[in-house]
Amino acid sequence: MRIYVDPKIEQRFFRAVLWLFTGVTVFILFFIIFYVLKRGLPVVSLGFLTKNPVEMGKAGGIFSTIVGTVALTLLAILIATPLGVGSAIYLTEYTRENWVTRVIRFGSECLAGIPSIIFGLFGFILFVTKLGLGWSLLSGGLTLAFMILPTIIRTSEEAIQSVPYAYREVSFSLGGTKWQTVTRVVLPSALPGIATGVILGVGRSIGETAAVIFTAGSSLHIPTSLFSSSRTMSVHFYILAREGISMANAYGTAAVLIIAILIINVLAYTLMNKFMRKYC
Amino acid sequence: MSIIEVKDLNFFYGRFQALKNINLSIDERKITGLIGPSGCGKTTFLRSLNRMNDLIEDVHIQGRVLIDGVDIYDQGTDLQKLRKKVGMVFQRPNPFPLSVFDNVVYGLRVHGVLDKNTIEDRLQWSLKCVQLWNELKDRLEVNALSLSGEQQQRLCIARLIAIEPEILLMDEPCSALDLIATARIEDLMRELKKQYTIVIVTHNMQQAARVSDFTGYFLLGELIEFGETDQIFTNPADSRTEDYITGRFG
Ligand SMILES: Nc1ncnc2c1ncn2[C@@H]1O[C@H](COP(=O)(O)OP(=O)(O)O)[C@@H](O)[C@H]1O
Ligand SMILES: [Mg+2]
Repeated sequence: MRIYVDPKIEQRFFRAVLWLFTGVTVFILFFIIFYVLKRGLPVVSLGFLTKNPVEMGKAGGIFSTIVGTVALTLLAILIATPLGVGSAIYLTEYTRENWVTRVIRFGSECLAGIPSIIFGLFGFILFVTKLGLGWSLLSGGLTLAFMILPTIIRTSEEAIQSVPYAYREVSFSLGGTKWQTVTRVVLPSALPGIATGVILGVGRSIGETAAVIFTAGSSLHIPTSLFSSSRTMSVHFYILAREGISMANAYGTAAVLIIAILIINVLAYTLMNKFMRKYC
Repeated sequence: MSIIEVKDLNFFYGRFQALKNINLSIDERKITGLIGPSGCGKTTFLRSLNRMNDLIEDVHIQGRVLIDGVDIYDQGTDLQKLRKKVGMVFQRPNPFPLSVFDNVVYGLRVHGVLDKNTIEDRLQWSLKCVQLWNELKDRLEVNALSLSGEQQQRLCIARLIAIEPEILLMDEPCSALDLIATARIEDLMRELKKQYTIVIVTHNMQQAARVSDFTGYFLLGELIEFGETDQIFTNPADSRTEDYITGRFG
């Protein structure tokens, strides 16, 4: 049975529904951020940021976990960026589109969808036990690197593909080799896009818990080498909250984490905008 | 003196034959114009002279293209050297999104010229050649994309002659420019032909009549007629050429 509805009313009704959906999403998002900041910010002070945790984190600050987070993220990026950008260059510039590239691309999409705890388990088995790296920055960094690799490959590929073909053509016509063309023309033009992918990767690693708790461990000491175990802010939050050590400090850690992630996303967004403007 | 000899050239995109049995020889330090309706193989022909067609998938070529007596389709051809010698100006001005300076010196760097003085000299010389030096000498750092269309096309020519090619292939270099800019680029071509062999594709018959010494007429992949420009325009041998230049077709 079909009921006649005045298209104007229908239109107005669905606009309201869509508005409501959007409103709910935005509300939830802001509610979470607001709630965490409201509970967390009061404990955040200079001391909180610069002192090491005392009594498992019941007192003191979160300095060592900030160091751990930064070190782990940096390591992941340093490993994943060359691998990811290299693969992207290979896939876009050095091969023709065929079933092999499609399989690689499909595989990397799948990799992007795997829950991070699986990466954690994989990293634990391979790096921590099999390769004997133990709970360490290195194990954690490698695991995170594999986790963010698909993102970096995909954004780099898109950035490289959006460099106009004319630039490559000119470079070849002036007698440039493929390598010269890639390194001197394509990559510089694709850089903002690639940077966006890397920053998204940073965002993912910074907030990651499951993949690092199994691989980097949860030591509260400031890491001194690649083989030190280290605790990240998100792991710290998880332990503080789960073991009921200190909810106040847990929220304080969460607040710092959220602000860091917000800043990184704004940065990524700005870069992305700049990138889009350049070629459109 | 001919510098390019094309012998029985056939060109295929997949199964589609875009050039049919082309024979022609192009003289040194002359302007050779190629005219004809669009889609008739002018660009394809031009790009077969510096093997830019090699970049396209699934093409094949038969016949010979001799430049200075050497077949450029020989096995051992160094493509980088070939393209340095036989340079190309494209239909749309296509500077890199870099500074004026970086654009002009791009080819030099690619060919391993690193000496600062040499780079400085060539930069100045090639920008003077295309009459951009006075306009741009204090603005070498501006992004090339901020220049006018005409300036961009001149810059592209400067970028090319900076690497000292011998032959300039120009594919409708004025099609994106207005009349005044076109006239000035044509003047530039007359100037350039003192040192370079120029092969220019043009959609515009008046342009061919104005600037070229020799003219070839392409139709559906065939070179219908080739000869001195005066003769082609005043007394064409083939009725199809006559139809085209008198505007009855195309
Ligand atoms: N990359 C390509 N792949 C397949 N066919 C092409 C390609 N480029 C050009 N062609 C075809 O070859 C013919 C000649 O094209 P082109 O040389 O560009 O002509 P012109 O420059 O005279 O306009 C046209 O029919 C065109 O459709
Ligand atoms: Mg053309």
